[in-house]
Amino acid sequence: MTTVGTYAPQPGAAPLPRMIAAQAALETKMLLRNGEQLLLTVVIPTLLLVLFSSVDIVDTGKGRAVDFLTPGVLALAVMSTAFTGQAIATGFERRYGVLKRLAASPLPRWGLMTAKTASVLVTEVLQVLLLTVIAFALGWSPHGNPLTVLLLLVLGTAAFSGLGLLMAGTLKAEATLGAANLVFLLLLVGGGVIVPLDKFPQGAQDVLGLLPISALSDGLRAVLQHGTGTPWGDLGVLAVWAVAGLGAAGAFFRWE
Amino acid sequence: MLPADFRTRRFQAVGGYLDSWAMRSETVVQVQALVKRYGSKTAVNGLDLTARAGVTAVLGPNGAGKTTTIETAEGYRRPDSGTVRVLGLDPVREAGALRPRIGVMLQSGGVYSGARAEEMLRHVAKLHARPLDVDALMERLGLGSCGRTSYRRLSGGQQQRLALAMAVVGRPELVFLDEPTAGLDPQARRATWDLVRDLRADGVSVILTTHYMDEAEQLADDVAVIDAGRVIAQGSPEQLCRGGAENTLRFTGRPGLDVGSLLKALPADCSAAELTPGAYRVAGKVDPQLLATVTSWCAQHGVMPEKISVERHTLEDVFLELTGKELRS
Repeated sequence: MTTVGTYAPQPGAAPLPRMIAAQAALETKMLLRNGEQLLLTVVIPTLLLVLFSSVDIVDTGKGRAVDFLTPGVLALAVMSTAFTGQAIATGFERRYGVLKRLAASPLPRWGLMTAKTASVLVTEVLQVLLLTVIAFALGWSPHGNPLTVLLLLVLGTAAFSGLGLLMAGTLKAEATLGAANLVFLLLLVGGGVIVPLDKFPQGAQDVLGLLPISALSDGLRAVLQHGTGTPWGDLGVLAVWAVAGLGAAGAFFRWE
Repeated sequence: MLPADFRTRRFQAVGGYLDSWAMRSETVVQVQALVKRYGSKTAVNGLDLTARAGVTAVLGPNGAGKTTTIETAEGYRRPDSGTVRVLGLDPVREAGALRPRIGVMLQSGGVYSGARAEEMLRHVAKLHARPLDVDALMERLGLGSCGRTSYRRLSGGQQQRLALAMAVVGRPELVFLDEPTAGLDPQARRATWDLVRDLRADGVSVILTTHYMDEAEQLADDVAVIDAGRVIAQGSPEQLCRGGAENTLRFTGRPGLDVGSLLKALPADCSAAELTPGAYRVAGKVDPQLLATVTSWCAQHGVMPEKISVERHTLEDVFLELTGKELRS
């Protein structure tokens, strides 16, 4: 039973920070509840780190395998969340009218995008924590400035987010699902994550080195494994991808 | 025990009532000369529509331009030409001011497939300043038992009702419902109708699209009939059906009867037509005399009228007269 006046209009938007926080929390929950997403973001990076650190399958060059692998797997984790996971999730949200429905809510579009970014960052923090703990357990000894590492991770996230959203906002959901997984697989092999780029022919190396995943894994490796100051070249490559990807996503994204 | 917010609720109830009383003449949606094309196809072709406070039904067959019109008012589409004002605002340029004041139910979807029903409704509630009580609303719409079910596992009817709940939970002034009862079973349909009536009673305006005649007749203060991208008639259901003074007599017989001959036998202000082969309709002032005239004409022509019935002139008839086609194609 309803009292008279129950539905009497009392419109109004919630305060912006509350809307964005609620949206980010929901997006994160959706991601953590999705089995396929967890496979990409947690299971695969963890398995790769453990497997290739303990079993000598790939020649990772001088030094301990875990010191070579951890930066690459951290780069892979960023890609799995910011690119693959975000592309697939957003593609299906577009397909199922979620983006459309939210566009009619008091939450502005930039608020939705902010929430999505926050959700990606929260997931990445969880991934980095987990992978770092495992890496230490495997005898990892990192070097370098943590702030430089943070800068690389943030720039990598921006680059991959732009590309993921570009894909989600322009292709059909099924195409995004297939393409995002394929790209993940190809970049896992050809992006210096577990296979050092110098295993490839010189011509291929030059091209592969310009990929965002290569720049991120190379940059992280330079700092964490070799204690390099600031890998300007890699940061530059990531910045170009970030600007181009986010710009293109902004220009071509279709909400329905 | 009275609820703690008894006083404010009562106050709102009275306020809502007075508002709705005063508002009835207020325009909530004004569409002028709207044109919207998709490629070479013109979906809306110079449409004019004025919706006043209360419940307005936009009635028309599939492809008439109902959804395009309503989605333009919701701010989803930019008009190719013409103007649209909702609560006095431009739905595209002033979207930020308008969105908190309206509630939207899309024709389908709008929910994360992995979200649980209650979780999603609570989320939409959190985006508003003074939302309705989520539990009460779930209960009200018969969703109480599936709050923890994920959206993709809800039945079609449950998904529809969740979308309806999401449209009203923010306590909007104006609610857009795009075919709110399409595919619902009769019980769920009635629950939706009851909610629309309660919204109206509390001073919430509702714009709904439908291709169900009875829905428009039952709920709407005003009906706009749309065909081929234009409003071809607008008025209260009574006005459109001419106050019910005119009635309809229907009968079935063998196909191809001489309607002209029947017409000659009838009083001057009556009309007669074969709607579909073998289905005849006589419209006019249907009284016992007219019934006798029709049956005696049948007797003279050796026709056994089957399924003879007398009905009030319905919106369905109006639509048929206006467009020459059945609404549910």
